[in-house]
Amino acid sequence: MSLILKCHPGIGSKVTGEALVANDNFSARYDLDRIKGIFSRPQHALAGQSYVDKILVLNTAKGGVATAWMLYEMASRNMAPRALVLNSANTIIAQGAALAELPLCDRFEDGDITRLIKTGDQLTVDPDGGVVSVGCL
Amino acid sequence: MKLTVKAEEMLAGEHGPARQWAVQHQLQVGRMFDAADMVAVSQAHMMADPESIGIAGVELVEGFASLPEQQRRVVIPMITDPRGVDLNYYDPLGQTEAMADLERRFIAACRAMSIVMTNTCINYQTVMPPVRGDHVAYGDTGVVIYSNSICGARSNFEGGPSALAAGLTGYTPRYGYHLEQNRKATRRFVVEKQPQELTEWGVLGAVIGRLAGSYWQVPVIEGIERIPTSDEAKHMGAAMASYGSTPLFHIVGITPECNSLADVDAENLPVERITEQQLSELRGSFGAQGEKVDVVVFAAPQLSLVEMQHVAGLCRGRQKHSDTAMLVCTPASVYTDAKAAGYIDDIENFGGRVLQGTCFYQQYAREIGEANGWTRLLSNSTKIVNILGGYGYKPALASMQECVDAAVAGEIL
Repeated sequence: MSLILKCHPGIGSKVTGEALVANDNFSARYDLDRIKGIFSRPQHALAGQSYVDKILVLNTAKGGVATAWMLYEMASRNMAPRALVLNSANTIIAQGAALAELPLCDRFEDGDITRLIKTGDQLTVDPDGGVVSVGCL
Repeated sequence: MKLTVKAEEMLAGEHGPARQWAVQHQLQVGRMFDAADMVAVSQAHMMADPESIGIAGVELVEGFASLPEQQRRVVIPMITDPRGVDLNYYDPLGQTEAMADLERRFIAACRAMSIVMTNTCINYQTVMPPVRGDHVAYGDTGVVIYSNSICGARSNFEGGPSALAAGLTGYTPRYGYHLEQNRKATRRFVVEKQPQELTEWGVLGAVIGRLAGSYWQVPVIEGIERIPTSDEAKHMGAAMASYGSTPLFHIVGITPECNSLADVDAENLPVERITEQQLSELRGSFGAQGEKVDVVVFAAPQLSLVEMQHVAGLCRGRQKHSDTAMLVCTPASVYTDAKAAGYIDDIENFGGRVLQGTCFYQQYAREIGEANGWTRLLSNSTKIVNILGGYGYKPALASMQECVDAAVAGEIL
């Protein structure tokens, strides 16, 4: 059985992977050690955890405009998340996802995505279809 | 998304691969935010320090720069946000030749595309402020929030790639804050304590930004009794954008789109009070009285000529502590005026260093900190103390006067 979550059409291609979830926000500059591939801001709910190849499930995008370049740079070193699933994206993260070809979805019909998905869940993110499915395929 | 005939030609590749990439990028972003069409923009401003763009980003821009001239030139005035390396002063900071080389390559590529290297996040004070109703494609959240709120211009946060796309096409997707209906207030705040100096304006902006909490919220602020100076509004906006991802605010009776609450549809919004306690709590989270301070930083945003005058006045005839460094970041245009006025000499005789065209947090802050053994950082910028925790610093916040006094004492007073 899998849970189907509908969202606004997003950016990038369909991808599957493992969820890393927190009720916190995302900024590549403020929150990450991009060399080590971990969340580094001490106050972040995922501080110390690796985001590499994970499907990050977070609340919203915060901070400055640097994320727009940084996702591309991270992807060029294979040190990026596999996809981003947010309650609400901002323009910067959408622009960054477009440049980096990193799948991104937001605006879910069924409410707070950080409560509907748990860390370790297997996800399929389909930005064109506006669907994220949780669980067995 | 509806494209102009010209943009359709660009998409088809008739104007070269750079413009084709630009329209493809704009289509992806425009679809995500339901843009119906494109809007012509009068200027683009690109955030692009080498730490953010990395080798991959520099190679992308070099690819565009190597095209024939008619395919690589930007079609509207396009300027840049601060650099990551002051090429006149990087080795003493612990920045490497590799960092400087990446910067040199990027500058050469931008120049080939006719991008003007202003290297500033205060272009609304130093280059060409936008006019009310002016559609622009600005990067740097501090630039966008000031231009939207204080100037009444229309911009989204355009990250480097999108600003570059706008420069190459002359358009940006019409969504977000280009649309009149999205500029109305969604949260209504009443200020109970009047901010006095720059840091207090920054703290007020930070508290409101944190409460507003999303790119899509527009705060309207009541209770401000004095018209802020440009520098005060700059600190307030930069902090609000940093803590809240906020691109636009209104102050009743002060900012151009809000003579009254009715102008921004705010009469029926619930009132939220900003108390003295909320301001003290935010400030208190960046307190560190009695601790040794490694580096005092004036940046984020870069300093205006008036701020340079104030810092110089506080430094004049004094000497900083030998264990504490002090850095001041300003654009080259302000540096030139400040040099002629004697302010640079005042700061350097004090023992401080003025960097040109950079901003501290955009210049490999982690590597600089590790190279110099800097952990405890003191600044009057509410924005920068928010950012640098993720870079391994223990940031503390104080007024400009308190920062200079701490540089003299070697500890936070």
